[in-house]
Parts: sequence; structure tokens; C-alpha cells
Amino acid sequence: MSDIPYRDVDVEGEKPGWRIMEESYLGERFSIWSWLTTTDHKRIGILYLISTTLFFFIGGAAATLIRLELFTPAGDLLTDDGYNKVFTLHGVVMVWFFLVPVIPSVLGNFLVPLMLGAKDLAFPRLNLMSWYLNIIGGAFAVWAMLAGGVDTGWTFYTPYSTAFANSHVSLTAIGVFISGFSTIATGVNMIVTVHTMRPPGMGWFRMPLFVWSIYATSLIMLLSTPVLAMVLTLLITERLLGLGIFDPNRGGDPILFQHLFWFYSHPAVYIMILPGMGVVTEVITCFSRRRVFGYAAMVYALLAIAVIGFFVWGHHMFTSGQSMYASLTFSFLSFIVAVPSAIKVFNWIATMFRGQITFEASMLYAMGFVGLFTMGGLTGLFLASVPVDLHLHDTYFVVAHFHYIMVGGMVSAFFAGLHFWWPKITGRLYPEIAAQIAALLMFFGFNLTFFPQYILGNIGMPRRYHAYPDAFQVWHVLSSAGAVILAAAYLMPLFYLVWSLIWGKRAPSNPWRASGLEWQTDSPPPKHNFLTNPKIEGSVYDYHPAQEPRREVSDD
Amino acid sequence: MTDVEAATIGRTRGGTAASSPALASHFHDLRQQHAAADLGLWIFLATEILFFGGLFAAYLVYAVLYPDGFLEAAAETEVVIGTINTALLLTSGLSAALAVKAAGNDMRRSVMLLIAVTIGLGVVFLGAKGYEYWLDFGHHLYPTSPDFPLAAPPAKLFWSLYWMMTGLHAIHILVGLGTWGVILFQAWRRSFSLTDNSRVRIAGLYWGFVDLMWLFIWPLLYLMGRAT
Repeated sequence: MSDIPYRDVDVEGEKPGWRIMEESYLGERFSIWSWLTTTDHKRIGILYLISTTLFFFIGGAAATLIRLELFTPAGDLLTDDGYNKVFTLHGVVMVWFFLVPVIPSVLGNFLVPLMLGAKDLAFPRLNLMSWYLNIIGGAFAVWAMLAGGVDTGWTFYTPYSTAFANSHVSLTAIGVFISGFSTIATGVNMIVTVHTMRPPGMGWFRMPLFVWSIYATSLIMLLSTPVLAMVLTLLITERLLGLGIFDPNRGGDPILFQHLFWFYSHPAVYIMILPGMGVVTEVITCFSRRRVFGYAAMVYALLAIAVIGFFVWGHHMFTSGQSMYASLTFSFLSFIVAVPSAIKVFNWIATMFRGQITFEASMLYAMGFVGLFTMGGLTGLFLASVPVDLHLHDTYFVVAHFHYIMVGGMVSAFFAGLHFWWPKITGRLYPEIAAQIAALLMFFGFNLTFFPQYILGNIGMPRRYHAYPDAFQVWHVLSSAGAVILAAAYLMPLFYLVWSLIWGKRAPSNPWRASGLEWQTDSPPPKHNFLTNPKIEGSVYDYHPAQEPRREVSDD
Repeated sequence: MTDVEAATIGRTRGGTAASSPALASHFHDLRQQHAAADLGLWIFLATEILFFGGLFAAYLVYAVLYPDGFLEAAAETEVVIGTINTALLLTSGLSAALAVKAAGNDMRRSVMLLIAVTIGLGVVFLGAKGYEYWLDFGHHLYPTSPDFPLAAPPAKLFWSLYWMMTGLHAIHILVGLGTWGVILFQAWRRSFSLTDNSRVRIAGLYWGFVDLMWLFIWPLLYLMGRAT
């Protein structure tokens, strides 16, 4: 009995469906209006889930066009301008409207108050405002796309974006600017919630590591996003009002744009990976039935990444003409930031070591994360080294590197978290076999798509080209073939998760026998999260107390 | 935590406050709510500092690159108006701080008077700023002007930064004035408790930040050109 997960056991005394709907946050006083004006962090999390999913598929459609175009060496599907617009759309939408909000605003919103045993985030109305800002910003970006698109790339490099581009740069920049305030609002909310709303008995070093990861992410969001807002403001005013901060004709320096932009955008890379690390930590420790290895080291590693991440932006500019000493310093610091990342990888592996690992779908995603993040991180060291970067700069090697982190890492982690907390969010169990197949498909499809791009980059294929010599075709065909598998792997969850909403089995409150306060309330939780105050006993990850037999018989 | 415990912990600036109408339902007590509101605004101000920080960084880079051009351009700003505005804004900072103090002591009439003074000084500041902008336009001191009076390209950079910095600051003043206006109206309608609610303190903090930014902008834009 005790070795069987709850999901395989018939739960007695199950409530009828209509009562679950009426007594949970999902259905209490249900109306569309009540959802659109809600200040409940759980509902806002769901709103974010819907909007980020939408943006994910918009960005994914652009990626599909890119891979179709690159199937053949000639530029036959898209014009060169069209290709520029498509990869810009892909970058802008995926970075600012999917990757940045996806885990902090969907899972973070839903889980942080639950994990802290609180009723809501500190500023519920600000939280709702952040969703609307995100939607308005996204609407601007989509408007720019429909009006004819942008062709600068997601980095908006000057002087191209200010002096030459005739596309809708300002409109897109305004959209990103607005969504930046949504990010800041979420960051303020998370930091204040963690500081002021922890329950009695939960000290800083007894918080779940997911909450720590959201805290570290919020620090980065708050300190870097305003700089992006300023650099975009300067860009917009240069285009619209003729103020010439980056215009060489008026004494300005386009390289200053790169400095300010990467001062945001490199830390933003960590906005797009730290929350994933938090999710994966929760999942791995649960399905290994082991307490996390080196809790304090995990916390310090998160904070170290957050801090050091602010001092490595120059490694994007090795070829931009910055001084050799600056390049060497940034190179050194970029190697340093790999140390805490490696600590985390070693700790995940040490957590699994001698664990009783079971391969639920979220665990498969999480293990995929560890492998893909490691590869992405190690190739980051190639690029951090100045001489190697001179060879690889602006090639597909860079594209492969950051997709291993962003897609292989963050998207895997998001799917891991979505599956892990799906029973809590919806009160339904998803079909396990289908999910396991999707997780494995994603891992293989991902590697087939992006591993050939490392090779392409190394043999000289530059990024952002829509036509290429015949010699590169075999690798591009492999990559496009992988993208088909990857697309199937991303579409599958859409179908079976929606299926489970209606036909899935009812989830008990703790289907994985996980620790953590969020599992002490009903699935789905009631409006104010807990009917009785949650109990905080022992440490967060008491899966396998020392000196005790494995998985003791529980009395429930 | 039981209600009894919550009530004991809830003894705060506002007295026993577990039942105060100002308390939002997701907080245990007013102390927690005040701590959250204060911390939230301080963090927001940190983001504001980085927001302005991008501009100051640009100013620093170009002032180091083109020291002579910047000095020449900075000599064209209206130093008298800028200095009067500094005095106005600092005085409004005093009245705002006193308003916060008075709110802590539940002195409604004083709070309303002091907020009104703050708003008045802020409006005069904006008026003077507008007059200064009008003068600048008359002197063709904007970077796209065909008759821009200064020859060196860095002068246009300086004036780009001048418009960005003062314009952004003016927008912040406008937001502050709007906030004070709403609070003044609410205080007049007696729609919130001055002691249980932290909104006067929050607005005061924000106003202090706007003051502080001006204290960096004033020497950079108005005083620097007069150093030689």
C-alpha cells in the first residue's frame, strides 16, 4: 500500500464535481467578469497561463516558419525582409511575453502564497494590474506584427534600429516597455510577500527552494528591468523626437546602447532560468524521495548567480570594439558565474543519488532539464572565452547555446512544474503515459533540433541568414526534422491536459506524497487557500529522514 | 494563528487593529500590512533609481568623452529658474514630510493644509518649468532645431539629455501631484483612517524620491556650466 502513489488508489469519500467547483477558487461565484477582475493570485496565475500559452504558440508559429525556410539552401519561402521580421517576432514574443513571465507569473503566482501558507500575495490589485500590463504590451507587439512587422532582431541594436529600420520599431519597443512594468510589479509583489508574509515557524532557511528561486529572480527583475525601460525610452525618443543619444552624427555612441541593453538582457537570461531551477529542485527531490542535497548551498548558489549575473554583460560585446582589458575582465567573471550553476547541477545529481527514483512525466522533464542545462551551460563557457568567441560570435553555435538554456532548460522546467502542480491547480490527474511520451519526445526532438546547430555554428553558419551554401544543408535538414518532433511534443500536452480537465480522474490533495504546504490544502484549493492553518513540521524536504527505513507505512 | 494571537500581535501604531476597516483580508494585522506597503514602495524606488540611473550613466559617459562641449552647452540653461525651482521643491519636501508626521498623529486639518501647500508648490514648480521650456524653445535649444545655436555635436547630446531628464522628472512630479490630489480629496471626505492607513506615508516617500532626483539633476544641468 505505502509504495503505491495516491493516484493509483481509489479515493474514498470523493466529493461530487459540482461541489468541488463551487467550493474551490475555480468556480466560486463563477462568471467571466469575476475572472477578469479577480485579485485572487490563483486565478491571476491561470490568466497568465492562458496568455503565455497564446504567446508561446505565436512565437512557435514564427519558429516553424524559420525552420521551414532553412530546410533548403535557397531563400525561397520568405523574402529576406520577411525572414528578418519573422525571427524578430519569434525573439520578442518568446523572450518578453513567454520566457520572462512564464514561471514567475504562472507557477510563482499560484504557488508562492500557498507555499508560504498565506492567503494571497502582498498586493493583489497590483498583481492583477501586472497581467493587464502584460496583455497590453503583448497587444502592442502583435499590433506591430500585423502592421508590417519589425526587422531589427529582438536586440534592437543601434544605429540600425534608430537610423535605418523602416519597420515598426517604436511600436514594438513601446510594447516591451509596458510589459517591463508588468515584470516589475510581479517582482515587487514577490519580494514583499516573501519578506513580510512568511508564517511563524518558517525562517528564511526553511523556505522551499522554489520560493527562493522566485525571490532571486525578482531581485534581478527589479534591478535590471528599469534599465531596459530607460534604454527603450531613449530608443523611442531618438526615433520619434530626434533626441540623439545613440546617433553618431550628433556625437552619440551606438555602443552605449549595447552596454545599457546587455546590462538588462544578460541578467534577464537569469530571469529566464532561475525559476526553472526552483521548479526542478522541487520535482527532483519529490520523485527521488530524498531531502535536497546541500540546501544552503542551493540558496547561496541562486543568490550568487543573481548577483554575479549583473557583472558579465560585456561578454556579448567581445567583438564590438570594447577594450581588451574589459573583455578579459568580463570573460573572467563569466567563468565565475558558472561555478554556482555547477554547484546546482551537482546538488541535483547528489539528491538523486541513492534515491528511490520514479519516472513520472514531471521527473522526466526535470531530468531532461538537468542534462540540457548542463550542455547549454558548458557551451556558455566556450563563448565566455574571448578567443573562442571570436570564432563563434554571431554563428549558430550561439543560437544553439541559448536555446539549450532557454528552451531545453526553461521550457522543460515549465512543463515539469505544470505537470507536477497540475493536480493542485485543476483538481484533475493528467494521463501519465501520454505525458511520459511527450516528455521523452521533447527531449529527443529538442536535441535533434539544436545539436546540429552547434556543428553548423562551428563550421561557419552565421545566425539570422535565410539562405546558405549547400554544404550546410544536411545539418539544417536534421534541425528542421527535429523541430517537427519538438512541435508534436509541445502540442501533445495541450491536448491531453485539456482532455484531463473534463475526463481526468479527480486528484486527491497530495497525489505525489510531496512535502510542502501547498499539498496540505484541497486540490483545487479553496478561495482563501487553507481552511485550517497549515502545519509546519520539520524541514521542507523531509522525504527520507536519516537513519529510518525507506518510505514508512503511513497511517492514511 | 488564532484570532486572539492575531489581535495581540496586531497592537500597532493604530492601537488594537485586528478589526480595523483599513486591514486587507489577506494580512494578519496592520503591522504586517504597513511593513508590506513600506517595503513595496522602497523597492519601487530602487527600480526608479535604476531607471534614472540609465540616464545618469549616459550623461556620465558623454560628459567624460566631451568635457568642453558639455560645459559650453550647460552654460545655456536657465540657471535662475532652475535654482528657484530647487528651492520650491525642497520646501514642498518639507511640507510633505510634515504632512506624514501629522498623519501619524491623526491631525486631519494639518494634513490637509500641508498637502495643499505641497500641491501648490509642485504646481508652481511645473509652471516655472513650463516657462523655462518656452524660453528654451525660443532659443532653439532642442536637438532637431535647424537653428540650433551651438556648433559642437556634443551640445546636441547635452540638450537631448536635458529634455529627457527634466521631462521625465516633470512626469514624476505630475504623478506625485495626482497622488496628493486624490489623498487630499479622500482626507476631506474622511474616507480613510489617517493612522491605520499608510497612504500618506507612501505618497510622502515617493515625493521625497522625486525631490532627491532633482537634487542630482540641478547640479548636472544647471550648475555645471557655471563652474568656469
